[in-house]
Amino acid sequence: MDEAIEAVGVVKSYGAVQVLKGVDLSVRSGSVAALLGPNGAGKTTMVRILATLTTADAGEAAVAGCDVRRERSEVRRRISLTGQYAALDELQTGMENLRMMAGLTGMNGRKAKARSAELLGQFDLEHAADRRVKTYSGGMRRRLDIAAGLVGSPSVIFLDEPTTGLDVRSRHTMWSVVSQLARSGVTVLLTTQYLEEADHLADRVAVLDQGRIVAEGTPAQLKQRVGGHRLDLTTTDHAAFSRLRAELGARAMAADARELTLSVATDGTAAEVRSLLDELDPAHDAIDRFSTHGTSLDDVFIALTGRAAVAGDGGGPASPGGSEREAAHV
Amino acid sequence: MSDATSTREAGHAVDDAVRHFAPLQQTLIMSRRSVRLTMREVDGLLTSLFLPVMIMLLFVYLFGGAIETPTAQYVDFVLPGVLLMCTGYVAALTATSVTRDMKEGIIDRFRSMGVAGGSVLTGHVASSLVRSCFASVLIVITALLIGFRSDVGALKWLGVAGTLAMFVFGISWLAAVFGLLARTPEGASGFSFAIMFLPYASNGFVPIESMPGWIQGFAANQPVTPVIDTLRGLLHGTPVGSSAWTAAAWCAGITAVSLVLTAWLFRRRTA
Repeated sequence: MDEAIEAVGVVKSYGAVQVLKGVDLSVRSGSVAALLGPNGAGKTTMVRILATLTTADAGEAAVAGCDVRRERSEVRRRISLTGQYAALDELQTGMENLRMMAGLTGMNGRKAKARSAELLGQFDLEHAADRRVKTYSGGMRRRLDIAAGLVGSPSVIFLDEPTTGLDVRSRHTMWSVVSQLARSGVTVLLTTQYLEEADHLADRVAVLDQGRIVAEGTPAQLKQRVGGHRLDLTTTDHAAFSRLRAELGARAMAADARELTLSVATDGTAAEVRSLLDELDPAHDAIDRFSTHGTSLDDVFIALTGRAAVAGDGGGPASPGGSEREAAHV
Repeated sequence: MSDATSTREAGHAVDDAVRHFAPLQQTLIMSRRSVRLTMREVDGLLTSLFLPVMIMLLFVYLFGGAIETPTAQYVDFVLPGVLLMCTGYVAALTATSVTRDMKEGIIDRFRSMGVAGGSVLTGHVASSLVRSCFASVLIVITALLIGFRSDVGALKWLGVAGTLAMFVFGISWLAAVFGLLARTPEGASGFSFAIMFLPYASNGFVPIESMPGWIQGFAANQPVTPVIDTLRGLLHGTPVGSSAWTAAAWCAGITAVSLVLTAWLFRRRTA
């Protein structure tokens, strides 16, 4: 059993809206996989199907070697799901919440207490064990929530947007929690709309857009699909912008008519950059400035879907800024 | 290969043992959870406890003097009505708890752990019975303090408790139905008020004969009336007659229909 998660052709509609249009996904045992996509891409629905909370209209899926439809209770004993909203009782203490969850997995009182204490220690919540969850900060809640999912020692862990709504510091704490989980040998499937998060945490990334997987691979492979580097061009005026855009056609990774900028994939060598500039601007009057960057998953996402991951859907939280991105990689 | 198979089978044998035991243990854990949450929901708890006392005093001292009843003291007449109004209200709060659970992520966590919806709902109903028990004791103490007297034996008091429990059980499951239907806890709380008003149109506070003709038919035949008749008979030591059977049939009917509806709604809501 090499694949902890194996899904083929998963389809799901809610009323007239087809949320998943035939999703294939496989996740190796003991690896961390990210399902990356904007709001409304179908990430949560996919996770709910894999966690047996929703049934697919068509397609097959197996988790930890058990079929999610026919062996539902077997699957449930091997997984844990941490959703976007904390699944905790605010009026119970951290300890009480964990002991309750441990009891539900069939542990007796003594074992439940020991396991809860162990998890509180592991997630750095010992000091808050006897405080009601109501008094916890957002990051503490999220940690307790994940701890609550771990009482039954699951082999596959689903984390649905584990860092949405957290501040930068709590997000980084959460990242180290996930890395710790990965090192302990469990399989983790997380969903995220933050490209840097997938980049940072996942061994493999599947990009989900409008109910379809549009790309799959390691972060490095995905970046390779758009070349190792990105050449940003600032054109001199609108006419030049339009001409270059037409000339580049599908080769343009991104285009911004307001800023008069275009991006194109390159291997980053001086020779290729020089020949690109000559090819696009033989008269040396259309390009004002240029710069090169290593490609990020953002570039991949834009290249694959024609849209920015977060900025494109309006209401979502702001995309993590550049400075934070650099900090994350130090 | 065969080693792996036998290990797997041994694992399954343990799993099976857990599975047979699980629903009971899970229901107990869910009940303990609901009771604990109720006790810590200070606002709701205070309302559930003070409301009965206030209603009792209100009826006996403000309205009671003006109401003509067959009993010597109004408090003797009104006690069953107040008991039903308040336990009904307290039981109906189940709707709010159920809606809150359904709305928050915790129901998904429970389900993904293999906890049956029935266990979660039973937990809320159990906590409703505990709450009602407190409210009832408080009401009876208040009644005794303001002059209620009854010389019936312990067996009849046990009958009173049993009748109330039956009523609360039915209303709590009905409340669970509304809890599954409502989209917000605020919406669900509307149900509590609806239930609270049912005893007004019964023989709980005034004799039915004193009501306008068009409402008498409803008042005589709604579920609250036979329950009140039963309680009154037990408390006053007068014959209970067929009202006990009618009351039991109503409560059993409400419970049965509600159980079917909750099972169906729960599946629909979590599909």
